[in-house]
Amino acid sequence: MSTLTLVAEVLVSALLLLGGVFAVIGSWGLAKLGNFFKRLHGPTKATTLGVGGILIASMLQQAAFGDGLSLRELLITVFLFLTAPVSAHLLAKAAMALEPGVRPAPPRHDD
Amino acid sequence: MIQTTLLLVIGLLAMALLLNLFRLLRGPSLPDRILALDTLYVNTIALLILDGMRAGSTIQFEAAVIIAMLGFVSTVVLSKYVLRRDIIE
Repeated sequence: MSTLTLVAEVLVSALLLLGGVFAVIGSWGLAKLGNFFKRLHGPTKATTLGVGGILIASMLQQAAFGDGLSLRELLITVFLFLTAPVSAHLLAKAAMALEPGVRPAPPRHDD
Repeated sequence: MIQTTLLLVIGLLAMALLLNLFRLLRGPSLPDRILALDTLYVNTIALLILDGMRAGSTIQFEAAVIIAMLGFVSTVVLSKYVLRRDIIE
């Protein structure tokens, strides 16, 4: 097995593992934290990064071992990066309207 | 090496899906459940891509694109309906 094939395999495996670990960390934060606004952090940041990593690994495997470079997986990654903040914003608006008791306290003035 | 890593990461993603299901069933309020549903969509995209890598075919990628678009639209529609009883203002 040539060195370039080995490097490509190691790179794809590392990206896959990193993406999977980030996805689990994001979902663990969603399951475990105490407040809705605290729970909003995990899926929007960590899960998006994790799925983006898995998609880039798929693109690399397609380029190194398959049919050649195709940017289709990059399409889903860009779409996720664009739409995750929009979803989070609308969910935060819905939560602030539905339950006024969960809102974080405004910053105090320490004069 | 890639096949072993694929199995491991499929297991990790299955665990993430179970955690999202827990939040979907448990979430004390409605925005919690909408957030859990959105995260289920995103994790399903990753699982489909992994299955496409494992089987060596590209049809799962098309399904992942469809789920990405429809998942985002469902989250937006649910949030706007819960907020204003009206989807297009």
